Amino acid sequence: MSTSTVAPPAAPTSTSEPTPRKGSGRKVILAVVAWLVGIVFVFPVFWMVLTAFKQEADAYTSPPKLFFAPTLEQFKEVLGSGAGPALLNSLFATVVSTVLVLLLAIPAAFAVSLRPVGKTRDVLFFFISTKMLPVVAAIVPIYVVVNEIHMVDNIWTLVVLYTAMNLPIAIWMMRSFFLEVPGALLEAASIDGASLARTMREVVLPVVSPGIAATALICVIFAWNEFFIAVNLTAAQAGTVPVFLVGFITSEGLYFAKLCAAATLAALPVVIAGWVAQNKLVQGLSFGAVK
Amino acid sequence: MTTTIEAATAPKRAAKRPEHGPGSRADGWSRRIPLLPALVFTFIVTQLPFVVTIYYSLQSWNLVRPGSRHFVGLSNYAQVFTDSQFRQVMLNTVVLTVGAVLISVALGLLLALMLNRAFPGRGVVRTMLITPFLITPVAAALLWKTTLLDPTYGLVNFVLSPFGAGKTDWISSFPLTAVMMAIVWQWTPFMMLLILAGLQSQPADVLEAAAVDGASTLGIFREVTIPHLRRFIELGIVLGTIYLINVFDQIYMMTQGGPGIASANLPFYIYQRAFLGFDIGQSAAMGVVVAILTTIVATFALRLIFRTFSGKEEAA
Amino acid sequence: MAPARKLITQPGWARKPRRWHAFLTALLVLPALALTGCAGAGALGGGGAGVQTVTVAIVSNAQMKDAIDLVPEFEKTHPGIRMRFVSLSENQARAKITASVATGGTEFDVVMISNYETPQWASFGWLTDLQPYADATPGYDPQDILPKVREALSYQGHLYSVPFYGESSFLAYRKDLFEQAGLTMPAHPTWTQVRDFAAKLDNKQTGLAGICLRGLPGWGEVMAPLDTVINTFGGSWYNMNWDAQLNSPETTQAVEFYVNLLRDYGEPGPAVSSFGECATLFGQGNVAMWYDATSVVFALEDPSQSKVVGKVGYVPAPVEKTQHSGWLYTWSLAIPKTSEHKDAAWQFMSWMTSKDYMHLVGKEKGWAHLPPGSRTSTYEIPEYRQAAAPYLQPTLDAMNNADQEHPTLNPVPYTGIQFVSIPEFQDVGTRVSQQISAAIAGHSSVADALKESQKYAQTVGDTYKGAAK
Repeated sequence: MSTSTVAPPAAPTSTSEPTPRKGSGRKVILAVVAWLVGIVFVFPVFWMVLTAFKQEADAYTSPPKLFFAPTLEQFKEVLGSGAGPALLNSLFATVVSTVLVLLLAIPAAFAVSLRPVGKTRDVLFFFISTKMLPVVAAIVPIYVVVNEIHMVDNIWTLVVLYTAMNLPIAIWMMRSFFLEVPGALLEAASIDGASLARTMREVVLPVVSPGIAATALICVIFAWNEFFIAVNLTAAQAGTVPVFLVGFITSEGLYFAKLCAAATLAALPVVIAGWVAQNKLVQGLSFGAVK
Repeated sequence: MTTTIEAATAPKRAAKRPEHGPGSRADGWSRRIPLLPALVFTFIVTQLPFVVTIYYSLQSWNLVRPGSRHFVGLSNYAQVFTDSQFRQVMLNTVVLTVGAVLISVALGLLLALMLNRAFPGRGVVRTMLITPFLITPVAAALLWKTTLLDPTYGLVNFVLSPFGAGKTDWISSFPLTAVMMAIVWQWTPFMMLLILAGLQSQPADVLEAAAVDGASTLGIFREVTIPHLRRFIELGIVLGTIYLINVFDQIYMMTQGGPGIASANLPFYIYQRAFLGFDIGQSAAMGVVVAILTTIVATFALRLIFRTFSGKEEAA
Repeated sequence: MAPARKLITQPGWARKPRRWHAFLTALLVLPALALTGCAGAGALGGGGAGVQTVTVAIVSNAQMKDAIDLVPEFEKTHPGIRMRFVSLSENQARAKITASVATGGTEFDVVMISNYETPQWASFGWLTDLQPYADATPGYDPQDILPKVREALSYQGHLYSVPFYGESSFLAYRKDLFEQAGLTMPAHPTWTQVRDFAAKLDNKQTGLAGICLRGLPGWGEVMAPLDTVINTFGGSWYNMNWDAQLNSPETTQAVEFYVNLLRDYGEPGPAVSSFGECATLFGQGNVAMWYDATSVVFALEDPSQSKVVGKVGYVPAPVEKTQHSGWLYTWSLAIPKTSEHKDAAWQFMSWMTSKDYMHLVGKEKGWAHLPPGSRTSTYEIPEYRQAAAPYLQPTLDAMNNADQEHPTLNPVPYTGIQFVSIPEFQDVGTRVSQQISAAIAGHSSVADALKESQKYAQTVGDTYKGAAK
């Protein structure tokens, strides 16, 4: 830790590559290796999608089958089993809880980063400490409480719990992005006499907006894929996609191809969101260069 | 203008910022107000269940023995500490969490380094590498169990069979490892993204200056890159640990904690007490114990290791 | 330095939030319009004056899925009732249903439980007495229910749940492989004979396992077949004094037999194998014999799942010292006491477990899809007799010979063949099964596993000593 860096840049570039020195030979090797690694890493997902098009008898074979007669039967069955309400519920719970998280986390992160008060450290610790009680231990007490207030099997219960679940992570991440806001801009704004709201809107938010996108995506992923709370606190009305998915697992029968079909469909919205946003994610995270 | 914390500044409390407006009371409150909604919300939604859980942990209550509910004070807690299986499970949890976090950080680092240089199709490869993180954990776990690690039909054994190693029963022989593989596969992309962001936010001029100075690639990496990345790695470790202590789906779907309790971790063990034994008091007590232990460990770890908490940083 | 003004002209960042916010608002508003005021999307399309919604918690097996598909038929003839289903995997469903019913939850009007829960929950007062409903429904004919099943689902002579699906256990074997090897499967095999056959047919080179048995931890997984083996070897879980018997000589012999059979001639990966794994192996032709539920026929006789259709024979569960050893298990429907739609719930339940329903399934889904093991009349339907010919009689015999009240060689203080009908069994059974599974995996010896198991079982047994049970 002996070097001291030069004054940090105001706008980190998104690709800071060292000048290519050893020529294209190395580059080719790198490309080949990278592609191989990528393909190997994503292969299970590819296989999952492939299996979704198989008959159950083809799903498990020795040796594993790459070529087979494809069928859409599994997808038909999945879609015909009431995927619609589950998708709507997941969409609602995910979107609303993420919006709530952002609405709460952004001011909070702003407060602990750009205008901190004495207890910042303790506050941050408090937030992360809320994730230290295992949900499995608390779920029956939670169920009893929720039952008392007649909110079992209500999508709003999930919204509230998911918000509480994601808020600590959002605050920690957003705080890093806020720390990235160059002090000069804030000083200039305050010299200009801008109000807090205006500073936020015109100075801070533009700088951290990629960070907001990054945090939002992480929250969406966690809320969409959350299973345990959903399965215990919902029934016929508010069931979400992961709960719906597990309904394909039967104890006395073959179900793997169907499950792959269901999992593929379930992953599609998040995967698409992830793919589209991943540029923003990297950019956003690079703005959140934690200092 | 702030300086980055690499400069060995004297430890400063992150609190006082006299140059931002008057340090008056009113200003202090106006700083707190944006924090209040999140704080109040979190407090209500999380502490209420916590209190209720503690309340139940003081009772002996078995759901399927009606009329058995009565107050027993701390005896559930005493039972937790004399439960020999609990100790083994705790050990499993530590091994699993530490192993999974460290491996996924290391792998994430390697992958991020690989992606940091331009090559044709880099965006596609990056997309491919992120995908595992997006799949529902329940489905991913089942995928590992059946498609990859199955002794007869699994792809891993299929690939290894030309080398003569193709009949290993991964899940029975190496249960904790098998679970760890599935977890690492899903969490490496998350670490990779964090570290990649760090790599790509390195100030280019510093790197060039070091290269011009004649530093070797390894030297640059060691002296410039790693220090800069430290923040991201720390964030990854903190977030990863908090999540992975509570990992559940992989164990539930792949091994059911077996053979014996070789791959059971604390959440799974508590789940079995709560939903097989239906012993709500016992499982609540275990949960509280886990929360307390995690808090203690986290307090020390965060203060000793992470700058975020040793007060050595400032906002921009 | 130019302040705020410069920032607003920064490329990209300032504009993106607007577009992004608008998109997000749209995304929020649309579902919000639909869902505000509703508890969830599952409630959409329901309700209206005079329409009752009946919510059913169901275990997701093939027959249950068929039933859900056929529900529109029910709703046609019962316009005032709207059905909603929550379908989960067995373990999840059981955990959720138990938690709900035990704490007086009101989400479900109908729950799918089994002959394990029914007598216990009935004695706790958690279930609605269905005998009056059954007697008052014309054509329902509760006497038609298979006698052993009816007994298993009754408490103090009254039905507390009605069976949808029943199974026992038996041995499936590859007729062609036996013929090739010149072996004959006797009509009532013993376990000794079965081990002999497994030894002769097992072929590690070609990847053929002599036998497939469950080994996955779980009180309903490995413990189910293992308990039947223990019973037929003369062992048991407890004696009449509630002393645990898990390391008695007979039980030890039984468990050693099971574990060694698996280790010597069993399938690869036995410690995590359950129904699904064996079904796949057998269906792919990698296993010569399989001892499991009578419902294996659904996997093995279905061309889309199995490659050995038509080559499979079925004989009763192997015995040693007892006459029969097949287990008894039913999935049945019950109404929690807290339900507010009991009459509507009964209308649905009686439809789903009626004789007419069988004919409906036969016509719409095929005769092989009939839920087995619930009604005697099912086995007299000519089309079913034809479609299920390979396994009809063995299944019916198994169902009629499975006596839950007298499962063991010597008298015991509990009922239940493959389980012990006490609430603690889910937990202690699972703990013991974990020990056994470790032994199967070779991580511990059978003796050690049983020593540990004995401790767990005794802890529970002690709480029953002296109690009026």
